[in-house]
Amino acid sequence: MLSRRIIPCLDVRDGQVVKGVRFRDHVAMGGIVDLALRYRDEGADELVFYDITASPEGRSVDRGWVEKVARVIDIPFCVAGGIRSVDEARAVLHAGADKVSVNSPALERPELVDELAAAFGVQCVVVGVDSLRDADGEWRVRQYTGDPSKTRALPRRTLDWVAEAQRRGAGEIVLNCMGSDGVRQGYDLAQLKAVRAICRVPLVASGGAGTPEHFRDAFRDADVDGALAASVFHSGAIAIPGLKRYLREQGVAVRIA
Amino acid sequence: MAVVLVDAGGTNIGSVRYALQRLGVDAALTADAAAIRAADKVILPGVGAAGPGMARLRESGLVDLLRSLTQPVLGVCLGMQLLCAHSEEGDTACLGLIDAPVRRFAERPGLRVPHMGWNGLSVRREHPLLAGLAEGEQAYFVHSYAVPAGEWTLAAAEYGGPFSAVVACGNFHGMQFHPERSAAVGAKLLKNFLEL
Repeated sequence: MLSRRIIPCLDVRDGQVVKGVRFRDHVAMGGIVDLALRYRDEGADELVFYDITASPEGRSVDRGWVEKVARVIDIPFCVAGGIRSVDEARAVLHAGADKVSVNSPALERPELVDELAAAFGVQCVVVGVDSLRDADGEWRVRQYTGDPSKTRALPRRTLDWVAEAQRRGAGEIVLNCMGSDGVRQGYDLAQLKAVRAICRVPLVASGGAGTPEHFRDAFRDADVDGALAASVFHSGAIAIPGLKRYLREQGVAVRIA
Repeated sequence: MAVVLVDAGGTNIGSVRYALQRLGVDAALTADAAAIRAADKVILPGVGAAGPGMARLRESGLVDLLRSLTQPVLGVCLGMQLLCAHSEEGDTACLGLIDAPVRRFAERPGLRVPHMGWNGLSVRREHPLLAGLAEGEQAYFVHSYAVPAGEWTLAAAEYGGPFSAVVACGNFHGMQFHPERSAAVGAKLLKNFLEL
């Protein structure tokens, strides 16, 4: 049986892992390779490295650390941040990443998703979606969320974009619910369920994990394939081995390393 | 021991090479026929689609060479599928070294394609490649096409039914998952291959 995945997300800025609250006020958490190894040893199923400054600054991911991580890590990892072309994606994949995740550049130019899927196969192509509920009750996507001063609200509905991204060749969707991100009050189950209903590829929940029950709820109630979190892991508030034992007791299929 | 990684231009060969380095083996990346023929072990990695994968092997002049090898050969992920007879992906004739078909997972509610993540291995046939593998140990998969379970299956996994996770026919072996990304389980199986 396929296990549900626990995925620590390492937001990278200037070679350091950082984490902010509601995407603001980033504080340094430690070195990339050290944290990656720690999570591997604790039984993380996968890692996501997200260069949060790449897209707002209009530059691509710095590749030096990708190869360093690939040399020491023996679990899959995905690199996100400012990948805007097949050539840039190829460089990241050749450096040893298993998947690339595109977000703001795919909103600028949705054909990027088609091009990446044609070049590398859908299994390498993750589309990250930053989503927030607007005053009218609709979930809509946000762009350039790595920098609050540059973040833009788009007219595009989240559900429309998830459907389009799959049509174009997304092999996985990471849905970051910005309204719940960083405040540890639980994943946005209503939004995750709505997206799950139209998502035929793997779906990863992001934003809001604070307790082991939140992970259980995302898996059990929203039927997501993976759950991503950052601050609760970086701070030590939740340790992955204990989290997985809890999930197994709760009837969620997980890998105990 | 000379181990070569067949480099026909696919992506992400680096991570297999790093996994071998972690086991103390420095594998050469090569498309050179003489180097491949002379190697003690040959690994055919691969990510992407079957059609372009076979096209790259043809363009590199490696099809007949791979078919003629007598030392242990390991195909990983797409590399394993290329060792088989035929793939539904692009209706592609493959190397035909393992007489098995490659079929697309049938998508249905609750069965997401690609099959992505960690899944348990179930031993179907004792083989040195599986030495030390406990029932249910998990490996990391990411693929949309799979080889059905059959006489070629050494270990199976379940995803809407059983499919081949590890295969062998004579000196040709395959792993559908990524041993280089399957933590200690993957390292154990790669080490087993190096010791065949």
